[in-house]
Amino acid sequence: MNHEEPFTNRNVSESSTYYYVDIETYPVSGWDKFKQVFRRAIRGELFVGLWVVMREMIKFDIHTLQYPLEKLPIGPRYRAVHKLLRLWESGYERCIGCGLCEKICISDCIRMDTRIDENSRKEVTEYSINLGRCIFCGYCAEVCPELAIVHGGRYENASEQRAHFVIKDDMLTPLDLLKAGEQAEYPGFGAIIPGSDASVKKTPLAY
Amino acid sequence: MNEITITIDGRAVQTQEGEYILNAARANGIFIPAICYLTRCSPTLACRICLVEADGKQVYACNAKAKEGMDITTTTPNILAERRAIMEVYDVNHPLECGVCDQSGECELQNYTLEVGVDAQTYSIKDTHKPAQNWGLIHYDPALCIMCERCITVCKDMIGDAALSTVARGSDAIEAEFKESMPKDAYAMWNKLNKSLIAPNGGDTLDCTNCGECSSVCPVGALVSSDYQYTSNAWEHKQIPATCAHCSAGCQISYDIKHTSITNTDAKIYRVKNEWNYVSLCGAGRYGYDFENRDVIKDQSEFDAAIAAFKKADTISFTSTITNEEAMILQRLKEKLGVRLVNNEALALKNFLSSYSSISGKSLYGGDLKAVHNADFVVSIGSALKTDNPNARFAMNNALSMNKGAGLYFHPINDPVIADMSKNVTQFNHAPMMEEAALYLMLDLFGDKASMPSSVSEYLATFHSTKTVTVEESVDEKVTETVTKMVLNEESGVEEEVSEEVTKTIKKKISKEVEVDENALFAMLNAPAGFVDTLTKYLAKKETFALMVGADLYTHPNAANCARLVALIEKYTSFSVTMIPNLSNTLGVAMICDLDSERGSYTIGYNTTGDFTLSALGNGDLDMPSLNQQEGTLTSIDKRVNPTNAALSYGGYVLNDIASALGLNAKYTVDYTAQLPVDAGFSAVAFDTLPNYYTNAGEEVRGYVLENRAVSVSGDENVAVFDAAKAMNEKVVYLANPVLQFSLFTAAAHQLQSKGGLYVSASAMEASLWSEGDRVTVKTARGEVAVSIIKDGKIEGDIAYLPTFDTDINSEALFGGYRFASVSIQKV
Repeated sequence: MNHEEPFTNRNVSESSTYYYVDIETYPVSGWDKFKQVFRRAIRGELFVGLWVVMREMIKFDIHTLQYPLEKLPIGPRYRAVHKLLRLWESGYERCIGCGLCEKICISDCIRMDTRIDENSRKEVTEYSINLGRCIFCGYCAEVCPELAIVHGGRYENASEQRAHFVIKDDMLTPLDLLKAGEQAEYPGFGAIIPGSDASVKKTPLAY
Repeated sequence: MNEITITIDGRAVQTQEGEYILNAARANGIFIPAICYLTRCSPTLACRICLVEADGKQVYACNAKAKEGMDITTTTPNILAERRAIMEVYDVNHPLECGVCDQSGECELQNYTLEVGVDAQTYSIKDTHKPAQNWGLIHYDPALCIMCERCITVCKDMIGDAALSTVARGSDAIEAEFKESMPKDAYAMWNKLNKSLIAPNGGDTLDCTNCGECSSVCPVGALVSSDYQYTSNAWEHKQIPATCAHCSAGCQISYDIKHTSITNTDAKIYRVKNEWNYVSLCGAGRYGYDFENRDVIKDQSEFDAAIAAFKKADTISFTSTITNEEAMILQRLKEKLGVRLVNNEALALKNFLSSYSSISGKSLYGGDLKAVHNADFVVSIGSALKTDNPNARFAMNNALSMNKGAGLYFHPINDPVIADMSKNVTQFNHAPMMEEAALYLMLDLFGDKASMPSSVSEYLATFHSTKTVTVEESVDEKVTETVTKMVLNEESGVEEEVSEEVTKTIKKKISKEVEVDENALFAMLNAPAGFVDTLTKYLAKKETFALMVGADLYTHPNAANCARLVALIEKYTSFSVTMIPNLSNTLGVAMICDLDSERGSYTIGYNTTGDFTLSALGNGDLDMPSLNQQEGTLTSIDKRVNPTNAALSYGGYVLNDIASALGLNAKYTVDYTAQLPVDAGFSAVAFDTLPNYYTNAGEEVRGYVLENRAVSVSGDENVAVFDAAKAMNEKVVYLANPVLQFSLFTAAAHQLQSKGGLYVSASAMEASLWSEGDRVTVKTARGEVAVSIIKDGKIEGDIAYLPTFDTDINSEALFGGYRFASVSIQKV
């Protein structure tokens, strides 16, 4: 038997269950306004709140996080500001400049400049993500064939300008951190799924 | 050609008899995969993927000709198995570097691998090391090459350089089990693929005219432009359909643009692409794209100065590298301000055309390059074909190689490129000023003497005389000899001498006196010995004739007579005649503007010298947009008005702003497109409605063709008597550009930047004891100039030439109109 999605009629009509919320009329005269303020300010709820604060203070069981000194741990697959990774052993940049992230980006915020370098390899001379436009969808990390662009955990993007750029130097793992083993693989979109070897048909090799 | 009906996959399709099945299918929107086939070139049969079943038999669609009632199936289980195996084989050891490959996104290997659905590999072979090679403007990566040989095919059948060929490469043999197990066409293809590579014939680097068409037709990333490599991905470009601005061929191109860099968002042209199945570019078109006038802003004071200059001027002098619309504006300015318009090179063509029209009764020549492509006997007179109009040269080569054609090439400078096109081409390296003799020869050899005016045929007869020559003939003769032999007498056992008569046939040479017709024109044109016999051989089974004439005739002191002769040739022979306009829009300017010959006292120069100069190169008093920064139309050699679009932005004033300030009223330059003179053959069509593309059937849908209007004839078909004594047998210099250059604009492109000089053939350099880089003074009757010697490997003989693309050499001032001038060259 075929499964059929139940059809929901989303048309708002008079016969539907939508109804108007009762909204008090706004006070007009000065006296009416004063009465409204007085009625809202001096009520029992104020003391309910004050009591909760008092009670928790006496219990000394405080859960407040001392941000920014303390931060909540975030999931490893959280999608915050991007990072460009390096190859573990050689320290070369993983990015080959294929341009797939640039192409797939749905908010069109990635750009890169490439050229042929002295060793006849494609070199990415500049790479930028306009964070003012980025929606952190993770497509760039997913499409990257080299696991070069990934999402990091840095979610604080305070800056003088809304659309401050992220440039290559900011994103690329510095060599000293790489040597110190600080570069982390990203387990999110685009990472190799455990056990994926089993699902790949191997290409025959003559030697 | 008969119209026939064939059936492809159940669809009835109309096509011509003898058309290849693949072309018939393509023209009707039926898809047959094909990699190695190039329209207009001969089938290579390298990829074998275009297998189809015709009347129950497997054939290759690219070389099987359609026959009436043929029933074709494009897919059968066996064909699908073959195609799948072929694509798998192409993927064997093909480097997985799509991420960096320049072809990625427009790669036929990628496309067909997906189309055929290759999701697993069955075959394998040990890979070999094939290092990448740099061939100058072109980069070859043999590891990516799939040996479709399209580069070789196009270079031979279309371009005529034949600079590439296959060479053997070492490799393991394909495992024997595959021969049994795999489809047989795939195996045959693999066998070839596995053995060879592409290599230049000239050794390590290309010895050719650098058209780059090989990189254009390459289906994979094996041949790419060295300059473009790794700078961009194919899908990032916006393609601006345009018309090449450099010569009169008016090739359809697209400027591929993208932002310059992350920090500079201004558009930049990264490369030029062409529809290589239908149009082939030369190197200047392909590599000379960034000649734009950069960083121009509107400077009111400069503009005011320009307006003042226009009000003061009595002459506007300009070159033909402008659009039809600009030419129209200049013509309107002439009508309004009464200024003279001076453009001697367009005036020469205009006068030539009007002399031609007085006999032919047509405003324009009858032929075009398509007629040359389709001809099987092609003649070129008065043009350095290779550099004046490379597409005319491609057309001649294509006709010679595809139609089993033959050709004649009349020009004082021997061109090895022409010689290498075919063994059926003869060069007449006549002395300058003898172009008329070539035209008389054409009339004499091919003209219908019965219908020709008697004055002409009688004059032609004066070149003929009968001469008695002694020819040697070999005759078989029987000779009887008496030979003595030692024979053993069997009875006595003793050897005896016996006489015997032997008859032998020996060849004997005898001299014979015969009367032959001698044509004095042959001697005047330095015809090679035995040309009469060669010509008879050439003309066997020839049906379609094409003649191209060039600027040597327009600038000829007897240009009017040359033009009349050209008209007579068109009228009394079966040749179609095509005139090669000198520059990009010479024909358009000649049709639109009333031109004057002499400058007045105050001249505005547009892209040329003057008292006040407008320049699209950025070195004048007021900047103008170059042809890749403006929209408009250009009139080509095919008499076609082709639209071109602005690829790059331009911030300054344009000619229309000046015209508007002077009282002409048009909002945009292209408003003039619809106002182009209808009585000169133009149509009143708005710019935005002009198409610019080719259909799958190869039909050129670009702009519109000028109407060839009937004009009144004078009725006088007499020709002037030709004076052979005027031949310039002294040392002469020619005015022409080297390969890859046409004008100041090509020289401004970053890949083509070079210094001009005196271009000399290798043999002349050796004879004069010059070496490359030596400074010489070139002195003609009109002046002298000091230049460096540059070796040109693509000419032969003693005549050197001076270029026009280098502003430092004011070469045109040395010539009195005609492209040849007597010269003395002294080493400094």
